Amino acid sequence: MRWLWIDCITEHEEGKRLIAVKNISLAEDVLHDHIVQGKPIMPFSLMIEGMAQTAGILVGSTSRFKEKVILAKIAKASLDCDVTAGDTVRFDATIDRLDDAGASTSGTIDRRVAGGEAWERIGRVELLFSHIDNNSAGTEFPEHNFVFSDNFKMILETAGLASLAEH
Amino acid sequence: MSRDAIFEKIQEVLDDALGVDEDEVTPDASLTADLGAESIDFLDIVFRIEKTFDVKISQGELFPENLTENADWVSDGNLTDAGLAMLKERMTHVDFAAIEDGDRSVSKIGDLITVNSLVNFVEKKLAG
Repeated sequence: MRWLWIDCITEHEEGKRLIAVKNISLAEDVLHDHIVQGKPIMPFSLMIEGMAQTAGILVGSTSRFKEKVILAKIAKASLDCDVTAGDTVRFDATIDRLDDAGASTSGTIDRRVAGGEAWERIGRVELLFSHIDNNSAGTEFPEHNFVFSDNFKMILETAGLASLAEH
Repeated sequence: MSRDAIFEKIQEVLDDALGVDEDEVTPDASLTADLGAESIDFLDIVFRIEKTFDVKISQGELFPENLTENADWVSDGNLTDAGLAMLKERMTHVDFAAIEDGDRSVSKIGDLITVNSLVNFVEKKLAG
């Protein structure tokens, strides 16, 4: 996980639910490359990535980040409106099913517009994750966990959840 | 639950998991050859069947797994007699007739899993 699309974790129920937020900023180059009708828009693909990181951390935490958790499939994704600079986005992910092979998660995306106070529901994303060492069909992957790298640990530490990454 | 009712729910499961139209999901349609399922879709289908029918499915119960790791079952990429006998015993929901005397290559086994296989599986599972 090298390019973070969440800023911080705000809630965590072990093995069940994780909520993270992201502030959308004009300082991000990607917004300047994605102008729709004159307005810089956060690409939907990166919104899904934000959910994948939120849900991925939740799934990874159930094995204390020993499993290599890979996004295997976007089962469903919908977004009702555009998100732009100044908005805050909230990813709320829950685990539907978890076993040795992988996990399925469902999640909602909420938005709070600049200057606003209320959250509004703007999207839903269902994902499927694979524990690749258990689904590799004989392919060997590196021993170290390249999915959960140092900058993700920074997110855990900031949220006071560093103990989750301790084996 | 009747077999027709199970079939209808399986159609919905495959519609959601594979993005196929329900009219493509005929009883004889092969999940891989006809409906385009890939390996990760099998995990998705297992999860969805569990949720839809409120059953618990163990790894390798619905779809064959890790066959190639056992030399008694697979030799030179082909299923051995012992391998076929094991699959027939474990996976009574699948019709293996097509490979009895024909192509036994492991890569073809996935093609044998049809919509009917899933209906058979759920029917047996619900019957306990």
